Amino acid sequence: MSALEVISLSKEFGGVHAIEDLSFNISPGSVHSIIGPNGAGKTTLLNLITGIYQPTQGEVRLFGDSMAGMPVHARVMAGLGRTFQTPQVCMHMTALENVMLGRHIHLDGRFLPTALRLPRILSGEREARHRAAELMEYVGLADYLNDEPGSMPYGALKRLEVARALACEPKLLLLDEPAAGLGASEKADLTGLIEKLSGAGLTIVLVEHDMKLVMSISQHILVINYGQKLAEGQPTEVRRNPDVVAAYLGSAV
Amino acid sequence: MSKVEVKQKATSKWVCGGVNEHQRRTAGHFWQRPITNVAVLALLLACLPLALTSGFHYHLAVLVGINATIAISLNLLMGYAGQVSLGHAGFVALGAYGTAILSSRYGWPVPLALVSSAAGAALIAFVVGRPILRLKGYYLALGTLGLGMIIYLVISNEVWLTGGPDGMPVPVLELFGGRLTGPADWYWLIAVMLLLVFWLSTNLIHAPLGRALRALEGPEAVAGSVGIDVPRSKLLVFTLSAAIAALMGGFLALYAGFISPSLADFLHSIELALMVLVGGLGSVVGSIIGAALITLLPQVLTVVEEYETLVYGLILIGVMMFMPRGLLSSIIDLWRRIKR
Ligand SMILES: Nc1ncnc2c1ncn2[C@@H]1O[C@H](COP(=O)(O)OP(=O)(O)OP(=O)(O)O)[C@@H](O)[C@H]1O
Ligand SMILES: [Mg+2]
Repeated sequence: MSALEVISLSKEFGGVHAIEDLSFNISPGSVHSIIGPNGAGKTTLLNLITGIYQPTQGEVRLFGDSMAGMPVHARVMAGLGRTFQTPQVCMHMTALENVMLGRHIHLDGRFLPTALRLPRILSGEREARHRAAELMEYVGLADYLNDEPGSMPYGALKRLEVARALACEPKLLLLDEPAAGLGASEKADLTGLIEKLSGAGLTIVLVEHDMKLVMSISQHILVINYGQKLAEGQPTEVRRNPDVVAAYLGSAV
Repeated sequence: MSKVEVKQKATSKWVCGGVNEHQRRTAGHFWQRPITNVAVLALLLACLPLALTSGFHYHLAVLVGINATIAISLNLLMGYAGQVSLGHAGFVALGAYGTAILSSRYGWPVPLALVSSAAGAALIAFVVGRPILRLKGYYLALGTLGLGMIIYLVISNEVWLTGGPDGMPVPVLELFGGRLTGPADWYWLIAVMLLLVFWLSTNLIHAPLGRALRALEGPEAVAGSVGIDVPRSKLLVFTLSAAIAALMGGFLALYAGFISPSLADFLHSIELALMVLVGGLGSVVGSIIGAALITLLPQVLTVVEEYETLVYGLILIGVMMFMPRGLLSSIIDLWRRIKR
């Protein structure tokens, strides 16, 4: 069974075909990259997969189940995790609380048990705090536990998003340009992190402009341009594809 | 850049014990636990009568208590979930008029009328909340403003039911076989209500549900991406907030013995929002302080006679300008600076 099936998906924004009749499959395990020039429709594609946008046409299936009409939060419960191109964090919470938010679907959020502060609420909070702290350590943010996101460097915020997404325990993780704005050593850390996660069996969909990073860690690459599929295959095949080279004219692929 | 690298070096040395140390630091302090806060408030409320020397003092304390409870309910919506409401007084009025109408016109027992009105107001909030809460920012402010105005108009115009602009009398509350008449009796009832709502709110905030509500204030994409049902969460806090406001509105009506449409007035909604803002968005204790200030200020300002409104306005502007995060956190900041 495919982890993700995208079936003749289209999205139009008032005449702009951001995604046009796009189909592809992603098998479980390993790292799958989606690349393409600016404005190719990569972020739009992720938003269609997560349910932020409704497709004009076509369908998305997650582990065999159709996601048609399913709201964003239900897809998270179905095993979908994501990060954003520009870090989206709650500025009024500490870094740790932001990651604890990621535990939401695994905790009891019902009104009555909360109002009465039943023991399971307390133990859930303790567990969430513990797991969040562990995850922050895992992504290398152990020193930022009680920091306000506003005072954290950009690279740390990007990793904070990864920790939050991991807290959901997704089966499929979508990363939207996680390396953008990172320095060389941070990129190396990120590469290590992605490899570690993939090694642990998580399916990762990576949208990224950094070709060196993409080529080094992807088992499979999908190239899109103007919302359409340009090429698909293993890194070595894609790198040699003349269409891809043309689309990336100038930038070394 | 260099900061990150330095931090990372420290990270490698950071072993598992750190997690426990962190837990001790954040969750461990007993004075940060919700139950401690509740106990402190209970003690204060129990001791306050020592300072209340006249019936008028008790009267003011009851008004502060009612307003504080309503302000806490509004703060859950505005301060924690980040959803502005300029129509909250509408729910106070629904509770007040519901209690008055059901008990005096239809002969329902007062406690039943009170609880049913709160439930009715909650139901109305639940039904109108879904479309209204789709609005954001200024539009939400206008939407809730409109809701409050509709409630005001209905109350003013349905003279046969509400007495219209002339208002209507409210029967006396009888509880446990006794009649609650004087402000001193009411003090204890309202103190218990304040304590209950305070307890409920702190329980809510220090829990997954409360964190989910607080996430609504952040970028909406965040809440969705961690699996929070955003429309449902907004509706929950809106309904809860309306239910508490309506319940306290019912108590207010019973305490006052007479109500008029000004309860649902836009200015009353603004006053409630002010209590939350002055006390500090997202601070339950702040709401109590804000409610006390906004309720008592006009009393204190009678000493400046005809300049009362002017001074009142200036004080509000001053608080907003110099304490943008509210009185409470500004005072705490000041305290920290002095200590250092
Ligand atoms: N909400 C929207 N409304 C209208 N047009 C949109 C919207 N979102 C995206 N678009 C358009 O769709 C196209 C694809 O945008 P998208 O953000 O998906 O590109 P991208 O591949 O992620 O680009 P980048 O590499 O710069 O992040 C662009 O032409 C963009 O202007
Ligand atoms: Mg993008």
